[in-house]
Amino acid sequence: MIRLEKRPQPSRAWSMATPLVAVLATMLFGGLLFAALGKPPVEAIRTIFWEPLFGEFSFYYRPQLLVKGAPLVLIAIGLSLGFRAGIWNIGAEGQYIMGAIFGAGAGLAFYPLEAFYIFPIMVIAGAFGGWLWAMIPAVLKTRFGTNEILVSLMLVYVAEQFLASVSLGLLKNPEGFGFPGSRNLQSWDAAHNAELIAGTGMHWGVVAALIAVIFAYVLLNRHMTGYHIRLTGEAPRAAKFAGVNPTRLVLFCLGTSGALAGLAGMFEVSGPSGQISIDFNVGYGFTAIIVAFLGRLHPVGILLAGGLMALTYIGGDIAQSNLQLPAAAIQVFQGMLLFFLLAFDLLTNFRIAIGKPEVA
Amino acid sequence: MKLTNLLTSAAMALGLAAGAAMADTTKVGFVYVGPVGDGGWTYEHDQGRKAVEAEFGDQVETVYVENVAEGPDAERVMTQMALEGADLIFTTSFGYMDPTINVAKKFPNVKFEHATGYKRADNVSTYSARFYEGRAVQGTIAGHMTESNIVGYIGSYPIPEVVRGINSAYIHAKKVNPDVEFKIVWAFTWFDPAKEADAAKVLIEQGADVILQHTDSTAPQAAAQAAGNVITFGQASDMSEYGPKPRVSSIIDDWAPYYIARTKAVIDGNWESVDTWDGIGAGMVGIGEISDAVPADVKEAALAIKASIADGSYHPFTGPIKKQDGSDWLAEGETADDGTLAGMNFYVEGLDGDIPQ
Repeated sequence: MIRLEKRPQPSRAWSMATPLVAVLATMLFGGLLFAALGKPPVEAIRTIFWEPLFGEFSFYYRPQLLVKGAPLVLIAIGLSLGFRAGIWNIGAEGQYIMGAIFGAGAGLAFYPLEAFYIFPIMVIAGAFGGWLWAMIPAVLKTRFGTNEILVSLMLVYVAEQFLASVSLGLLKNPEGFGFPGSRNLQSWDAAHNAELIAGTGMHWGVVAALIAVIFAYVLLNRHMTGYHIRLTGEAPRAAKFAGVNPTRLVLFCLGTSGALAGLAGMFEVSGPSGQISIDFNVGYGFTAIIVAFLGRLHPVGILLAGGLMALTYIGGDIAQSNLQLPAAAIQVFQGMLLFFLLAFDLLTNFRIAIGKPEVA
Repeated sequence: MKLTNLLTSAAMALGLAAGAAMADTTKVGFVYVGPVGDGGWTYEHDQGRKAVEAEFGDQVETVYVENVAEGPDAERVMTQMALEGADLIFTTSFGYMDPTINVAKKFPNVKFEHATGYKRADNVSTYSARFYEGRAVQGTIAGHMTESNIVGYIGSYPIPEVVRGINSAYIHAKKVNPDVEFKIVWAFTWFDPAKEADAAKVLIEQGADVILQHTDSTAPQAAAQAAGNVITFGQASDMSEYGPKPRVSSIIDDWAPYYIARTKAVIDGNWESVDTWDGIGAGMVGIGEISDAVPADVKEAALAIKASIADGSYHPFTGPIKKQDGSDWLAEGETADDGTLAGMNFYVEGLDGDIPQ
């Protein structure tokens, strides 16, 4: 008889190994899926994982990994702080949108002025926009005990309506022939979040993501607030006795994740995307939740997970184009990754035992 | 056994890649905003792609990527197609406009065709269809058919394209039925069956017995069928599976002739940057079979207006037409110029409500 037996201590080895095992299992079952669709499985897996990194055109795809991965990492780092403490911000997508609107709006107010201070103002405004949007569920939770999962999630849809509204009204390009969407910030130097070194994909958002990783690492390992976050997540009662102020913790975690998501939105709208439009948001805020868990809520893990997620997106698009794999198959493939991660996670806390249970 | 299978497929893939690189084919890429199975907008573009393959056979190779978000993702997908040797790339959503221009700058030898936009370059053409011509036919049928005198309209986004359609449908419904009233719901989506169904239900509850839609799913058709005495029109695609009622006719986007012509131009080496805006006459806008649920005299009137638009003797925006605020727009006999139509952001006189800002 095969059964699961709870481990006395979570296994460190499995905790480290599960992401790797999950990726391998995804490759195996994803390969089977592609084969079932009549596509060459080895070629498909190779296209997704190898082509962007070492293929013929990797000179173009490698920088794109940074462009795609940076917002994911930036948002996921913020989310991981709250997730560790059991504070669930599911609405990063909305905070991302508000950051973009505030950032772009603050910049466009100066159009067409060329001045060095415009971009820093946009950065601050972007972070503020995200922070403000996250403060709504934070204050409602601390004041009235509402559920932050529901409130933050619902505010995503409110933010989307704001986005549509400013695209059609407040921020609409006056020279856009009545079409929705703002001016393109890429063609306005003072507000353009351009590549710092041409051809590398390295823009300010990538720099911010790397800084966020380092700060989160230091915060969690060397700082009192980080200790409080971890303690609240692992032993809420002990945290109470240790004098952790839950209100302050909620405000800090939601506020930080909101500000980081807002920054991600601002760097995106002023750089790779260039303009506010109705369909500006493409789901980074939700994908970042997967990235946070894939990275075990650990700053370095998140950095790697963000890279891996970006790889499957970029490789997935190449596979679509070169092998004519349907988009849905790529999405199933990405879903498998999270599924296997959670499934194998079980082995961190349980072990498979064969034979009859011993009587305790 | 499994291992050999895998190895064979890998070898095959390598062979294919090598073969493609050597052959002298014209490679045509398509970037889609939705899934090819959406039954509407993207589906019809993909039909166009298939028509190109059927027309030129081994002379062309087509590739496509579906579900591409507007913005940096679109830019990456286009760049990737260009890097992989595409000679001609069709980008089929308005939001691909700036990405298309960006990528076109980097690949001066690759030709780009952007649907529904207004930015062109030496290697970027734009193309769009005069769907408002089809709306004139729809409006004529709707005005005749409504008994409650309330026509429901599901708008997608309040952009000139959609506003033009509403105005055209309203003008022609009003022409045959002075008591007609339009109720407009904005869904703020191109494709979302749940939202579209809700919009249709709201309109039907408000008394609409004709539903026009500028969204791409068949959900409003299903909602109308469930409600009973309501008629609808297929959008982008024929949607004939909902005929003869509720779907009584449709506007069909037919991109095939254009895609074939442009691909041929690339093959022949005489491609030039152009701005194409074709309608019923050129076959880019098709009117789906008018079903038997429509009385013969109404069908005749609809076909007459279709014919007069097709041969150019009638323009759907012919004066006298006033704007919603009562100011004059077109004088008696005057027709609208393309510039005004392209950026149309006002309702004509008689329509209620405001265009959302």
